[in-house]
Amino acid sequence: MKLTLKIWRQGGRYKGEFVNYELPDVNPDMSFLEMLDVLNEQLVSRREEPVAFEHDCREGICGSCSLVIDGRPHGPMKGTTTCQVHMRHYHEGDTIVIEPFRAKAFPVIRDLVVDRSSFDRIIQSGGYVSVNTGQAQDANSIPVEKQQAGHSFDAAACIGCGACVAACPNASSMLFTSAKISHLALLPQGQVERRRRVLRMVAQMDKEGFGKCSNVQACEAECPKEISVGNIARMNHEYLSATFASEEEIA
Amino acid sequence: MAKSTASDSILDAKAPAGKMSEKWEEYKGHVALVAPNNKRKIDVIVVGTGLAGASAAASLGELGYNVKAFTFHDSPRRAHSIAAQGGINAAKNYRNDGDSVYRLFYDTIKGGDFRAREANVHRLAEVSSSIIDQCVAQGVPFAREYGGLLDNRSFGGTQVSRTFYARGQTGQQLLIGAYQALSRQVSLGTVKLYNRHEMLDVVTIDGKCRGIIVRNLLTGKVERHAAHAVVICSGGYGNVFYLSTNAMLCNTTATWRAHRRGAFFGNPCYTQIHPTCIPVSGDYQSKLTLMSESLRNDGRVWVPKSAKDRLTDPRQIAESDRDYYLERRYPAFGNLVPRDIASRAAKVACDEGLGVGKSGLAVYLDFADAIKRKGKAAVEAAYGNLFEMYEKITGDNPYEVPMRIYPAVHYTMGGLWVDYELMTTIPGLYACGEANFSDHGANRLGASALMQGLADGYFVLPYTIGSYLSNEISTGTISTAHPEFEKAEQEVNDRIQKLTSIGGTQSTESFHRRLGHIMWDKCGMARNAEGLKQAIIEIQDLRKEFWSDLLVPGRADEFNPELEKAWRVADFLELGELMCQDALAREESCGGHFREEHQTEKGEAQRDDKDFMYVSAWEWKGEDTKAELHKEKLEYEEVKVAQRSYE
Repeated sequence: MKLTLKIWRQGGRYKGEFVNYELPDVNPDMSFLEMLDVLNEQLVSRREEPVAFEHDCREGICGSCSLVIDGRPHGPMKGTTTCQVHMRHYHEGDTIVIEPFRAKAFPVIRDLVVDRSSFDRIIQSGGYVSVNTGQAQDANSIPVEKQQAGHSFDAAACIGCGACVAACPNASSMLFTSAKISHLALLPQGQVERRRRVLRMVAQMDKEGFGKCSNVQACEAECPKEISVGNIARMNHEYLSATFASEEEIA
Repeated sequence: MAKSTASDSILDAKAPAGKMSEKWEEYKGHVALVAPNNKRKIDVIVVGTGLAGASAAASLGELGYNVKAFTFHDSPRRAHSIAAQGGINAAKNYRNDGDSVYRLFYDTIKGGDFRAREANVHRLAEVSSSIIDQCVAQGVPFAREYGGLLDNRSFGGTQVSRTFYARGQTGQQLLIGAYQALSRQVSLGTVKLYNRHEMLDVVTIDGKCRGIIVRNLLTGKVERHAAHAVVICSGGYGNVFYLSTNAMLCNTTATWRAHRRGAFFGNPCYTQIHPTCIPVSGDYQSKLTLMSESLRNDGRVWVPKSAKDRLTDPRQIAESDRDYYLERRYPAFGNLVPRDIASRAAKVACDEGLGVGKSGLAVYLDFADAIKRKGKAAVEAAYGNLFEMYEKITGDNPYEVPMRIYPAVHYTMGGLWVDYELMTTIPGLYACGEANFSDHGANRLGASALMQGLADGYFVLPYTIGSYLSNEISTGTISTAHPEFEKAEQEVNDRIQKLTSIGGTQSTESFHRRLGHIMWDKCGMARNAEGLKQAIIEIQDLRKEFWSDLLVPGRADEFNPELEKAWRVADFLELGELMCQDALAREESCGGHFREEHQTEKGEAQRDDKDFMYVSAWEWKGEDTKAELHKEKLEYEEVKVAQRSYE
C-alpha cells in the first residue's frame, strides 16, 4: 500500500520542521518500525540523513520506542507500544503524522529521539528498597497475599517509556512515578522506606520540570501497559500520609 | 571433581581443589580481601547494565569500590535482559519434588551436553537460592500461590519444578530489581552512571587491563576512562545472524574489542536456537519474536503427517493425520525436551516437507487440548500476555487456531573465555553474564540465563574480583594520560574516520543482512565442513566489500546511529568468521552445535568425548591471520559422562 509520512525532523540540517516522505510499497505485515527501517534504507541510499528514532527489543518491553503517531503516543491501538503496531491497521493512501514525545522534561535530541533520563533520576531519588546484596532472608519467610502481589505487579509492569508524559496536557509524570510508589508500597518489603520514598520521588519529579496532574487521565488511556490512574490516587494518599509524619520519622 | 586443567600453559581455569560441593565455600574462605579503607582507592569499570552488569555494579558499589557503569542505552533499564519471559531457576526445592543443588548442577551439566566446567556450574547451583532471596527482598513481584508463598513451574529439560517466574515478564522484573539497586548506588555516589556511552576499546598497560575507550553517542566525543579492573557485561552476539530474538542493538563490540586486545574467545560456535519463535514473514523483517518456552508445558507441537495438508486449516486436520513428533520421538520428556533438541526436530520436520504455512518453515504449537482440559480461563491466566503478543504480530488468535512457530537464534553460549574467577586472559579484565562463555556448555537450559547473569553479578564477581584487586591497593590512581590510552584513543578515532570516509554505495543494514544469511545457512541449526569452509570465504569477501563500498551518512562528531551500527557490523564481520572456524574445528556434534557428519542413526547429536572434551579458546592473531586455538581440557570427576538422552 502507498503511504505518506509526515515526520518531525530536528537537528543536523533541520531546524525543526515536518518533512513529507512517500512510501510506495508498504507491506501490511510489516511493523511500524520496520516501515521506518525501509524509509531509512531509502534515505541512506539517496545519501540523505536517516530519521533518528529509538527502538531496541521490538517486543514491547524495553520501553525504548516512543513516537507520537497521528497525535497519539505509541499510535492508535490500546495497550500497545509503537514497535508492536503493524501496518495492517492502515489503509492505502493514508497520511501518517509522526512526532517525538514532547515535554519540557524530555528535551529533543534529534528528530524523534528525546532525552528521558529524568525518569532515571526520579528512580534514583528513592524508587528502590535499600537492601544490599547478601542481606536477604529466605524468600518464603514473608508471605505476600496473592492478590496484593498481583496489584503490585500491575504497577511494576511500567516500562518507563514516557507515553504518560507525552499524553498529558500538563506533561505530568504522575503515572510513571505513582506506578513505582505503588509497586513498592503494596509489598511488605517496601514498607520501611515508604514515606521517605514518596516524598523524595515527588520532589524530584517537580524538580525535573514535569507538570501537575489535573485528572485528564490521558496517561492511562495511552499507557502501553495499561497502568491504572488508581496508582496516582494511591500516591496522593501516600504523600499526604507522609507529610503528616514528623521529620524525625522520615529522615 | 572436575578440575579443569589447562592443556596449555596459558589456560589456567584456576578451579580450586577439593570436593566439588566444598570448592566455593573453600574458595570464599581463603580468597584475599580488600579492606574498606582500600576499596575507596580502587576504581572499577562495568560495561553494560543488564542483569549481570547492573547487579555487579550495584554490588561492587555497596562494597565500597568506586564504580563507573557504562551503557549505550538511554537508561540502564533498556538492556535486553528485560525481554526474558519464562523464569529463573533456583534449587530451592520449595515443591518438595526432589530438587537439590546437585540436581540443578547435574541438569545444567547434562543440558550443556557435558561441555561446561563442573566447578563453575556447581557454584552456580549453590548460589541460585540466594538470588531468589535477594530479588524478593528488592521487591520483585514473583508469582505467588494463595498461601502467599512463591509459585514455581517446570521448564524444558528438567523433571522438577524449580522455575520462579513473574507472569511472562520475569526478565523485566528482575532487571528492574537490579536497576533499582544500581539506582540506589548512583544516588549514594558509589556508582557513576554513563548512559549513551559505548565502549569501543580496552586499554592495557604492561599486560594489565587499565581502562576503556568509549564514544559519547550524543556528541560523538571519544573519551578515556581508567580503572584498576574492567568488567564486561555486554551480553551475547546472536545478532551476528541478523535475524534473532535479540534486541536490535545487541552486539559483540565490547567482547570483540576485548578479544582483539588479547582476551581469548571461548566456544564461539555454540549458539542456541530457540524452538518457539514466531516464523519469518517477509524480507523486510528486522527481528524475530520469541514465544516463551513455558508454552511447551501446555502446548503440543505437531505437523501434518502428509505434505498435502501443509496449507490445510489445522482445525480440519484429524487427530490421526497429525504427527506429534516430540511426544513420539521423546516419550519421557515429550514437548519438554531441551531447546536444541526441540529446534532440530522442527527443522527435520520442515526439511521433510511437512512445515506449515506459506514459507513451509513453521510447525504448530496447539493449545486446543489444554483449553479443553483446564478451561480457557486457566490458559489465559498462564499465557494471556503471550497469546496477545502473538495475535498482535500475526493477526491470528491462538485460542482458536494453533500457533505457528519456528526456531530462531536466541542466545550464545560462547563468549569471552574466563577462569573460575570470571577473569579473562587479560589480567584485570572480567566478563560476566552472557558475555562470558562459562556455565552453559554447548546448550543452555531454559530459565538459566537469568540465573547465571545474576549469580555472576551479585554473588560471584564481588568475591572473586577481590583476589585481583587486593594486589592493586597501592597502585594509586591510574592516569588516562598514559601513552597506551593515547594510542588506543587514536586507533578508535582512526577507525571511526575510516568508516565515515569510505563513501561507498551500500548501507550497513544491507551488509548485516547478507552476513546473517551466510551465518544462518551455513553456521545455523546444522553445519557441515563444506558449508563452513565456503562461509569463511564468503565472509572474508563480504568484509572486503564492506570496507570498500560502505555508505555511512552523517558526521562522526554528532549523534549518528548509522555510524554506531556500522562499527558494530564491522565487528560482527570478524566474529562471524571465527564462529565458522570454531564450528569447523569441532568435528563432533554437541548441544547447539550440530555437525551433519556426526549424528547417530536416529539423527541425534553424536559427541566425541575422546577428542573434543575441551573448551575452545581462540586467540586473536591479527586481521588477516587465522586465530590460534587453545584448549581447556574438561575433566569430569563428579558427574558420570553419558550420552545425553531424553527418550
